[in-house]
Amino acid sequence: MNWLTEPFRHEFMQRALFGCALIGFTNGVLSAFIVLRRLALMADAMAHSLLPGVAVALILFGLAPGNLFFGALVAALLVGLGVQVISGSSRIKEDTSLGLLFACSFSLGLVLLSLSPSQVNVTHYLFGNILGLSDGDLWIIYLISFIVLPLLVAFQRPLLMLMFEPSIAASQGVLVKPLNYMLIGLLVLSMISSLQAVGVVLALGMLIAPAATIYLCSDSFAAMFWGGGIIGMLGSCAGLFVSYWLNLPSGACIVLVLGVIFFAAYLFSPKYGILSKFLRRRHLHEESLARWEERNSIDRAVRSQSKEN
Amino acid sequence: MTTHHLEIKDLTVAYHRVPAVHHVSVDLRCGHCVALLGPNGAGKTTFFKALVGLVPKETGTIIFGGHGKVGADTDIAYLPQRSVIDWDFPITVRGMVEMGRYMRIGNWGRFGKADAQAVDLALRTMDLADLAERQISALSGGQQQRAFLARSLAQEAHVFLLDEPFTGLDKTAQDLLGQAIRKLAAAGNLVIAAHHDLKSVPELFDQVIFLNGELIAFGDTHEVFSEENIARAYRTHIFSGAHAHDAALAGSK
Repeated sequence: MNWLTEPFRHEFMQRALFGCALIGFTNGVLSAFIVLRRLALMADAMAHSLLPGVAVALILFGLAPGNLFFGALVAALLVGLGVQVISGSSRIKEDTSLGLLFACSFSLGLVLLSLSPSQVNVTHYLFGNILGLSDGDLWIIYLISFIVLPLLVAFQRPLLMLMFEPSIAASQGVLVKPLNYMLIGLLVLSMISSLQAVGVVLALGMLIAPAATIYLCSDSFAAMFWGGGIIGMLGSCAGLFVSYWLNLPSGACIVLVLGVIFFAAYLFSPKYGILSKFLRRRHLHEESLARWEERNSIDRAVRSQSKEN
Repeated sequence: MTTHHLEIKDLTVAYHRVPAVHHVSVDLRCGHCVALLGPNGAGKTTFFKALVGLVPKETGTIIFGGHGKVGADTDIAYLPQRSVIDWDFPITVRGMVEMGRYMRIGNWGRFGKADAQAVDLALRTMDLADLAERQISALSGGQQQRAFLARSLAQEAHVFLLDEPFTGLDKTAQDLLGQAIRKLAAAGNLVIAAHHDLKSVPELFDQVIFLNGELIAFGDTHEVFSEENIARAYRTHIFSGAHAHDAALAGSK
């Protein structure tokens, strides 16, 4: 068991594991909403647009978790607002303006970071640096989890109705617009929390893979909600271990492990996996073949009987 | 049991100042199956949406059971066209019907025994008890429509607004759904369905509303469902852009 406990002798690994578990769980629970509300593209754009906020905060106020947090938050809000303004005031549709703004703000972020006097490592923000979690980072992760999770649990019913069909939900008195804004807000918050773990480029993996996995295995929303959290948590922690043992980048390992779990479900899920679908079809095919042969043999028997007569 | 009325007075709904539904007044009594007829763009969906507060009213009042209605209300259930639903949504038939109770118990109320009973009853009334644990895409079109009705029954709605419930159903499914809505009406509910297939109107509905921007005719099917009214309702849409364009052209000549 030495190989399992050995990593925990380092304090940075203890912190990292704690952070991974919490971030993985929060993002995993939220992923049910991202998948069902079809916010994947939106989430990706939002994640990339955090970068200039981080860069500006870094240049103006220095490297402190609180500063980066607010910088990222402001950047996400500005991009979100910009998308609404551009798509609302011109003939450009929402997905186009989203793509445009996210590419621009990501580029702006890269440029700003390269101009930054403090020589920060850009890759930390692109691909995460979970091994370098500070106390402040951990506090922000706690704080975000304690905002996101209770709100999602408390508003489970109206959120479920909203995701199922917004117009029926509205006709039943669900406040669709505020609820939508809340969901986007929570999305931004939990992305900021995963910034440290996997970075802006890979954040989407943690926000989609867990629920997408359960979506292939179950027809229950509750399973997607809690199961997504559990898969997110276990997958992230497993990814961390893999990166430690094999000495590979942590963010990429986390997302890869989540991806492997997803593909396992895609192939082997008893309900919606392609292998079981294939086997089931085969099964039906064999059944009909058997019926056909049975009928043929009866026909043959009848024919041979009539010949004998 | 007293018969409730759904009284709509002077209802006007406009999008960007262009009226889609224009000064409609109609007094509907519970216990009827009403067909809402009119060409595409006649304002049928808008009419429904205004009744449940999904689009703002320009003018008009809606009164049900003696009470004025503003916005969402448990009494009135709106069921959109089947095509707008994501049928792959991870939910069973029972789960979907349970959502009908959420309006009554609120965001944090306990889902109690009475709620479970209401759901069971709704499922049985719509002949879906055997299918309750299935994922919703495993139902046929007619069964999906009945699952919607069960959801509204669990909500204890009295007015059912159905947007083209019969579209895409084969004859057997249509008959079953027809039976289901007549059952609802016989139990003292009001069913209003936007409908396209004129041939099936007499066998499915006992009352008819002809709508084309404004109210063309309303009454019992055997009186109002006439060639003349059909022709009047399905003539060029009164408020359509095409019409305005023609008028402008005529004016410029």
